[in-house]
Amino acid sequence: MPKLAIHADRSASGTLRFPAHPIDGLAGTSFKHQHLPSILADGDRDDGFFEVHAENYMGAGGPPHAALARIREDYPVSLHGVCMSIGGPQPLDKAHLGRFAQLVERYEPALVSEHLAWSTHNTTYYNDLLPLPYTETTLRRVAEHINEVQVAIRRPLLLENPSTYVRFKESTMSETAFIREIVRRTGCGLLLDINNVFVSATNQDYSALEYLSDYPLEHVGEIHLAGHAEQEDDEGDRLLIDSHDGPVADDVWRLFDIVVDRCGPIPTLIEWDSAIPEWPVLKAEAKAAQAILDRYAALQRERKHANA
Amino acid sequence: MSKKSTINAAVLAGAVAAAVSSLAIAAPLSQEQVKAAMDAGKEKCFGVALKGQNDCAAGPGTTCQATSTVDYQGNAWKFVDGGTCTTMELPGGRKGSPEPLSRDRPS
Amino acid sequence: MQTLRKCHPETLDGLGYPAGFVHGLLDPDCPTPALVAGPNGKAADKRFNVYRNNVTVSLIDALAAVFPATMRITGEAFFRAMARFHIRKAPPTSPLLFEYGRDFPDFIEHYEYAQSMPWLADVARIERAWLDAYHAADAAVLEAGPLALIPPERLSDLVFVAHPATRIVRSAYPAVTIFSANRASDPVGRIDATAPESALVTRPALEVEVRLLPPGVDTFLDGLIAGEPLGNAAATASTCCLEFDLSAAIRMMLEAGAVAAIQQGG
Repeated sequence: MPKLAIHADRSASGTLRFPAHPIDGLAGTSFKHQHLPSILADGDRDDGFFEVHAENYMGAGGPPHAALARIREDYPVSLHGVCMSIGGPQPLDKAHLGRFAQLVERYEPALVSEHLAWSTHNTTYYNDLLPLPYTETTLRRVAEHINEVQVAIRRPLLLENPSTYVRFKESTMSETAFIREIVRRTGCGLLLDINNVFVSATNQDYSALEYLSDYPLEHVGEIHLAGHAEQEDDEGDRLLIDSHDGPVADDVWRLFDIVVDRCGPIPTLIEWDSAIPEWPVLKAEAKAAQAILDRYAALQRERKHANA
Repeated sequence: MSKKSTINAAVLAGAVAAAVSSLAIAAPLSQEQVKAAMDAGKEKCFGVALKGQNDCAAGPGTTCQATSTVDYQGNAWKFVDGGTCTTMELPGGRKGSPEPLSRDRPS
Repeated sequence: MQTLRKCHPETLDGLGYPAGFVHGLLDPDCPTPALVAGPNGKAADKRFNVYRNNVTVSLIDALAAVFPATMRITGEAFFRAMARFHIRKAPPTSPLLFEYGRDFPDFIEHYEYAQSMPWLADVARIERAWLDAYHAADAAVLEAGPLALIPPERLSDLVFVAHPATRIVRSAYPAVTIFSANRASDPVGRIDATAPESALVTRPALEVEVRLLPPGVDTFLDGLIAGEPLGNAAATASTCCLEFDLSAAIRMMLEAGAVAAIQQGG
C-alpha cells in the first residue's frame, strides 16, 4: 500500500502561491462567508482549518474567490466536492472534473474530498447525495471514477461515506466491505463522517461500533462531525436526518473519541450548513473537537516515549 | 469605418471632457485599490446583507446535508397576503398594470 | 401499471438504479421505487420521502436565494409554490447552483397566478443578472484618466471592452424601482413609477451595483457592449431618445464600471 500523500507538500516545486499551512491534528469548520469579518477580527485566532464546497467557487470570479483567497492566506483549506456524482453509473462530467482540478491547483488545499453518492442522472442535477447499491458491478464503476478523479487532480482523493435512509435490495455487500475494496483498488483515502455512520446505523438498524470495527480506519485522512435531526419511519421508529443544522450529538462525540483513540489526531471538521450560528458558537464546537484531538496527540507522544 | 451615423466630434469631445472632469474624484476603485483595501483589513462584505439592495446576498450554495423540512408535495398554488405586492400600490392597478407584455429585452 | 412503468423502468445490467430512483424525486405521484427497502423488511415510503424532500426543498431554497426580491413581492408561500412548479418542469442541468434559475423569469411571465404582476418577471430578470454579475470574472474597470488622454479626433472611433459583469435588463414596466424597493429591507409603500425602466448591473469591485438608466443610456450602452464605436452608439441613442444626455451617459458608464478597457481607436 503506497503511503497516502494526503497533505499538500509542494514547497519543493517552488510553485506555491499560498503558505503551506499544515493541517495535522487540527479541528476546523465549514467556511461561511458571513463569518469572515468575525474570523479576521477574532483576537484569539489560533490554529484551525476551513472547508469549502468546491462548486461554490466554480464561478469565474467575484466575492467568492476573494473570500476564499483571503482565508487561504492564513489557514489550511479543505476542498470538499459535492456534485461529482462518483457513485453514479454514467461517465463523469469532464467539464466539471476540469473545474475541480483547476480549483485544486489554484488553492493548493491540504485535503481534497468527494462523496460516495450520485446527484446527476442524464442531464438533470438533483442537488442531493443519492445512494447506490453495493455490488461488484457498481464497485467497478465507482473505482473507475475515483481513478479518473485522482489522475485529474494528481493526488489521492478522500472518499466520504454517505448518510442513507434506504437500502437497495440488489446490494450484495456491506458498505464497509464496499469502501474497503474501493480503497484497495484505487489507493484513495477516506473521509470518515462519523455523524453519517451514526445516522446510517440508526436508520439501517446496525451497530455503529461494528461498522467502525469493519471500516478501514488506517486510511482515514479526515473526519467529519455534524448535527442531525430526528423524524420517524413508516413503523414509527427513529429515522435520523443528516441535517447539519445544530451541534454534534453526544452519541457522535462518543464515537469520535473511540475513533481518535484508534487513529490518532486526524484533521476533524465541524459541518454546520443550515441554521448557521454566529462565529463564536461554531468556533466553540471546533474547540471541543480540538480538545479531544489534543488529548490523544499528547497520549500518542506518551506512548511513543514509553516504547522508546 | 462604420456606415452608421455618428455624432459631431466636438459634441463628443465636450461630453467626454465633462464626464471625465466630473468624475475626477469619484472614480471607482481599481482592482489594485480593492486589493489594497482588503489587505488593510477593511474587508467588504462577503455574502452579508448590509444596507441598500442587499448588495451582498450571495445566491444559492451547494448542500451536502439533508433537510428536515417536509415540502415535496403540493400541486396547489397558494396566495398569502404576506408579500409587498399588496402594499406597493403601483399606479395603474394595485398589482401593476394589466396590459400584456410588449418589450424588447436582451436574451 | 402504466404509471408504475413510467416511474420505475426495469434495470437489467445492475447500473440502472438512477433511472429507477429519480422519477419519484420530482413527481410525488410516483410510488416509492421498488428497488429500495427499509432494513429487516421495513417499508421505505417515509425513508424515500427524505430524498424527495432533500431535492425539492433544496432547489426551492436555491431559487429563493437567487430571487429574494421576487419572493418578497409575492410572499413566501406563493413563491415556494411557484418555484415548486418550476423545478418539476425545469430541474437544474448543471451542478453549479448559481447557474440555476435562468429560465425562471420566463416561467414567471407565463405563470397563471402571477399574471396580475406583469412586471414580476422583469424583477426576476434583474435578480438573475445580479447573480451573474456577482460570479463574473474579475477585471479592472476603465477609469476616467485613460479616456481623458484620448485626442478628441479619435473619440468617435473608440471601441470598448465591456466589463465581464456588465448586464443591461430592459423592462416595459418600472421593474428597476420595484426591484430596488424590494431588495432593501425597508417597508415597501406606494411606488409612483409608471414608465418603462432599464437596469444597468455592474460589479466594479466586489459589490454588485444596480442602476436605473436614464432615457437612451440603455441603447447607448447596448451599442458599446456590442462593439459599436463610441460615435455610432452616441448617435443611435441621440436619435432614439430626445432626452439622451451623452455626457451623463459617459459619466455613468465610468462610474458604474460598465467597461473594462479601450479596445481600439485609442
